[in-house]
Amino acid sequence: MTSKTAMRILTAIVALIFLISWIMKSGSGMSDSAFTNVRDGFLVTFAVFLTLSIFSFLYRDNPFYKFAESLYVGISAGYWMCYGFWSTVVGNFVPRASRSLSEFFHVPYQEHADHILIYIPIIFGLILLTRLLPKIGWLSRWSLAFIIGATAGLNLTRYLRSDFISQVSNSFIPLFVDWKGVGDFVNHISLAADGQFIAILSNWVIFVGVMCGLVYFFFSKEHKGAFGVASRVGIWILMVTFGASFGYTVMGRISLLVGRITFLFGDWLNIL
Amino acid sequence: MGLIISAVVIGGGLLWILYLSIKGQDVDRRIVYLFVGATVALAIIFRLEFGEVATPIVKSVFDKIENLPAGSKIVLSYDFDPAMAPEVNPMANAFIRHILEKKHRLFFMSLWATGQSLLSVSLNDVLKPEFPDAKYGVDYCNLGYKAGNEGVLNVVITNFRKMFPSDANGNSLDSLPMFKDVESLKDMDLLISVGGGKPGVKEWVLFAGDPGKIATAGGSAAVSTPLLYPYWPRQLIGLLGGTKGAAEYEAELIKTHPRFKDKGMPALRMMGPQTMAHVVIIAFIVIGNVAYFRSRRKGKQS
Repeated sequence: MTSKTAMRILTAIVALIFLISWIMKSGSGMSDSAFTNVRDGFLVTFAVFLTLSIFSFLYRDNPFYKFAESLYVGISAGYWMCYGFWSTVVGNFVPRASRSLSEFFHVPYQEHADHILIYIPIIFGLILLTRLLPKIGWLSRWSLAFIIGATAGLNLTRYLRSDFISQVSNSFIPLFVDWKGVGDFVNHISLAADGQFIAILSNWVIFVGVMCGLVYFFFSKEHKGAFGVASRVGIWILMVTFGASFGYTVMGRISLLVGRITFLFGDWLNIL
Repeated sequence: MGLIISAVVIGGGLLWILYLSIKGQDVDRRIVYLFVGATVALAIIFRLEFGEVATPIVKSVFDKIENLPAGSKIVLSYDFDPAMAPEVNPMANAFIRHILEKKHRLFFMSLWATGQSLLSVSLNDVLKPEFPDAKYGVDYCNLGYKAGNEGVLNVVITNFRKMFPSDANGNSLDSLPMFKDVESLKDMDLLISVGGGKPGVKEWVLFAGDPGKIATAGGSAAVSTPLLYPYWPRQLIGLLGGTKGAAEYEAELIKTHPRFKDKGMPALRMMGPQTMAHVVIIAFIVIGNVAYFRSRRKGKQS
């Protein structure tokens, strides 16, 4: 049997299962309206088909996966474009541009808005589309230059303030939290998450981690002796960080799997 | 009973894989996928659940909402898409329940186009049936999505009406009673972003919380959570990281407000399969290392 024939047989089986599922889901619908039941049955069955098509990639690449992937990309692009139109053009431009247009789109007209200023982004937006016309495509660079310049300027100040200065400031933490002497510390020692011992331990981990991490990235001095030890600790801290990130990533992916299997068992098979 | 059946099935399978590995046979990657899938499926079918206790990073968000005076203004931004929804939607729903239970005013918005549709699901499935007395425009409002990423925050930090002439339903903001004393984000008591990409919690800290000196909290997908930890506790008052964070919040919500106990807390339900899957993955790592060290020792001997 050639691979083409096998593919045809597989497609026929998938189509048959799809039809049976659609009929059964439509029949078990809760609505009084037959149309609603048939529509909901189709939507659930189609969602199941797409879920299983994506999962089929775990076995190997195949046309069902390709179809689901292409559909996802296409729908996402169209969805964002439509929302961009309704939220920005209709939501922000129309209420400031024209009373009759506002009435047409059922959005409140803004009488006292800065009507002239809104045409600047409109012009920039239109010339961005000149990329579609090769002869005047160079015009779109003005819009891109504006976008890149404005974003870079905006981000530079905010990242410098919040991601650099504030983070340095956040690293200045007390190494002995609520310290009232060794006796008091020993008497009240506990492993409670909000206790003094854990607070002190956490701050020491942050302090040692930051210092050793910085030492690891200090390349003007050879990593030998005490400096070398600190550098080794730094790389261990980095490894633990990467491990924690990977652990979180695993948790995220499992959550998505749980979500899909819950959908298959609950909405489709009704066994939950 | 479910736990015992799951343990026997999964444990038996793991022992078989350990036996194959020790014998030096390769285990196909598809067996690993199948195993993780079967583990999750068993845990879902048998409804395995484990208790959760809120950690300080989650508890601080909960306490903030719990202790704000009734009528406080809280922004809840839906900055996610369907791919992140299983993880972060439970957080968003828990926030809605808690905020409205405490009689705060809730301002919904979204920096992701997909967020607006997911928000309408939460409104229909959680807010309207569970809080039938909550009035639109008085107790809550939906500003909807605006394109512009952090640029949107840069504008609304000084003026809401410039970026949002109307809400998602086309009503002028001035027509909504809850907007009477609101000019910008600076008038808010708490900002909450639920998301996991860009723009998300980080952008809310950088472009709204920090410059406006407004209390900011977040709920993020697990993948991006480690990158947000450095902002806690000074730039973020708290953070819900992935399903675990959502489950801790739900546990605290049920403990403090028992009426939500029968609302089917999804994150708590997800932690059973999650835990079982983690156990299997750890077992695979151990099996892989045992097989590796055995093969290395055999290599040295020969």
